[in-house]
Amino acid sequence: MFTGADSEMDQKTAGPSGDLLPATAGRGVRVTRGAAVEPYFIWLTRICAVVVMVLLAGIFMVLLIDSLPALRKFGFGFFASTAWNPVKEQFGALAPVCGTLISSAIAMLIGVPLALGIALFLNELCPFKLRATLTVTIELLAAIPSIIYGMWGLFVLAPFMSTHVQPLLIAWLGPLPLVGALFQGPPFGIGMLTAGLILGVMILPFIASISRQVFATTPPVLREAAYGVGANTWEVSLHVLIPYARTGLLGGIMLGLGRALGETMAVTFVIGNAHRISASLLSPGTTISATLANEFTEAVGDVYLSSLLALGLILFMITFAVLFLARYMLGRIDQKVAA
Amino acid sequence: MKPDPGLVLRRTVVNRIAIGLFLGATLLAVAVLVLILGKLVFAGVSAFSIAIFTQGTPAPGGTGGLLNAIIGSAAMTLVAILLATPIAVLAGTYLAEYGRRSQLGNVVRFLNDTLLSAPSIIIGLFVYGVMVVPAGHFSGWAGAAALALIALPVIVRTTEDMLRLIPDSLREAAVALGCPYWRMIVSIAWRAARSGILTGILLAVARISGETAPLLFTALNNQFISVDMNAPTASLPVVIFQFAMSPYRDWQNLAWAGALLITFSVLLLNIVARTIVSRGSR
Repeated sequence: MFTGADSEMDQKTAGPSGDLLPATAGRGVRVTRGAAVEPYFIWLTRICAVVVMVLLAGIFMVLLIDSLPALRKFGFGFFASTAWNPVKEQFGALAPVCGTLISSAIAMLIGVPLALGIALFLNELCPFKLRATLTVTIELLAAIPSIIYGMWGLFVLAPFMSTHVQPLLIAWLGPLPLVGALFQGPPFGIGMLTAGLILGVMILPFIASISRQVFATTPPVLREAAYGVGANTWEVSLHVLIPYARTGLLGGIMLGLGRALGETMAVTFVIGNAHRISASLLSPGTTISATLANEFTEAVGDVYLSSLLALGLILFMITFAVLFLARYMLGRIDQKVAA
Repeated sequence: MKPDPGLVLRRTVVNRIAIGLFLGATLLAVAVLVLILGKLVFAGVSAFSIAIFTQGTPAPGGTGGLLNAIIGSAAMTLVAILLATPIAVLAGTYLAEYGRRSQLGNVVRFLNDTLLSAPSIIIGLFVYGVMVVPAGHFSGWAGAAALALIALPVIVRTTEDMLRLIPDSLREAAVALGCPYWRMIVSIAWRAARSGILTGILLAVARISGETAPLLFTALNNQFISVDMNAPTASLPVVIFQFAMSPYRDWQNLAWAGALLITFSVLLLNIVARTIVSRGSR
C-alpha cells in the first residue's frame, strides 16, 4: 500500500546525500516553484469545504423563498389547519406534520428497544467467531434501499398485518378504555401502524451500530468490576453499560429519529396517503415526505406547489434540529473517547 | 451470611429473560433481512428475463424490460459521482490536513455529518428550486445534481477518516525532506489513502443508486430509451415505484425484477467496499 510513497521518498533522499550541498541553485528554484503552489492548493481545498457549508444554508434559503407565497397566504394558520383541498386551494400542514411525528414515534417504540438488545447481544453475549458476521448482517439491513422496504411493506407486511395482526389487535385491545381508541376501524393493512413498523425496522441498524460502538467505549475495568462483585449480564447492562453510555446512546437514538422523520419511499408505499388525523393507528394517514412524493409532480398552481414546499421547509427544520442535537451529543462522546 | 434463595432465583430468572430478549432481537433483525431478500429472490427471479436488459419499459399488458431505466440510472449515477468526487475529496482533504483544528474545519465537519443523514427528499426539493424551475423542465442533469449532493457528504466523511488513519510520521518525513505540504498531500497522503477513498466512492454509489425520492422532482421519468440528459430521464428506482404502485400484474412483476437487480448491486457494492477496508487495515 505504501510502496508508491516509499519509492518517491527514496528518490528524494538520494538527492541531497549525493550533492553534499543541499541548497544548489537548481534545487532552490524547484522548491520555490513547488512552494508557490501551496496557497492556491490551500484555498482550493478550503473553498470545497466551504461549499459543504454553503449548501446547507442554500437549501434553507431556497425552501424558505419558495414557500413564502403559501406562508403569506395562510399565515400561521398553515401550521394549525388540517385543510387539504387542491380544488379550493386551501392547505394546512397539521395532518402531515402529525402523521410524521406519530409514525416516527411508533418507529422509535419498536426500533430503540430492539436496537439496544442487538447492541448488548453483540457486545456481551455473542460468541467471538459469530460477532463479525452478525455485525455485518445487521449493517446490511441499512444498505437495502428504502424503496425495497416500501415494496416489501406493501406486498408482504401489509397483507400479513391485515389478515393476522390487526384483527387480533382490534379484538384484544379495541375494547380497552383509552388504549382502545388507538385500535379501531377495519384492518386495512396499510396505515400508521404498518408505516411505523417498517420505519422501526429501517432505523434499527443505525441505532444498533452506534449503540454497539458506544458500548464498546466503556472502560473494561468498569465491566470487570461489576462482574467481579457478582453482577450478571442483565445487571451489568442495566447498571453499568447503559448509564455510562447514555449520552452516546441518546445521540444514536436521535440520529435514528432524524432518519425516521425524513424517510420517504418506504412510508409512501404503506401509509395510505389520507389527509386527516385519526385517533386510530390502523387507519390510513400521511406524512410530510409521503405527501411530497405523492403530490409534487401533480401539483397545479403556485399556491399548491408553494404549500408543498412549505411542508418541505417544516420537515427541514424538524429533522435538522433533531440531527444537530444528535451530532452535538455524539460529538461530546468522541471527545470523551479521545481524551 | 447465607444467600437468600428467593433473591438468587429472581436474579437468575430476570437475567435469563433479558438474555433471551437480546438474542430474540438479534434473531428478529436477521429474520427480517432473510425475509426481505427471500421475497425479492422469489418474486424477482420468476420475472427475470433477458428482455430486462434489451427492451424499454412496456405499456400495461405489453412485453418489455427495463433498459431505459438502467441506462438512465447508470448515466445519472456516473455524472453524479464525477461531479461530487473532486469537490468531496478536496473538502475531506481540507478537514484532515489544513483544517484539522480550525474553527472552519469544525463547523464544516459538523454540518457535513448533519448533511450525511439529511432526508434525501429535501435535497430533491432544493434541486427542483435551483435547477428545474429556472430551466422550466425536468432533466437528467437535475437528477444527477441531486444525486451528487447526496453522494458529497459520504465521500467527504470517508476521505477525512481515511486520511486521518495515515500516521503523521509519514507526513513529517516528507515535509522534513523539503517537500511542500501540498506535494506531500498529493503524492503521499492521497496515495496511501487511495483504497480508502475508493471505498468511500463505492459506498456513495451504493447509496445513490437506490435513491428514489430526490429523482421524483428532478429527473422525473421517461418511457423511451434515451441518452439525452437534458430531457426527463428514467431511473430504476422511480420506475420500480411507478410500476409497484400500479394495479397491473406485469408491471408489478417488472418492478420486482428491478428491485432484485438494484438490491443485489447495492449489497454487492457494500460487500466489496467492506472487503477493501478490511484488507487495507490488515
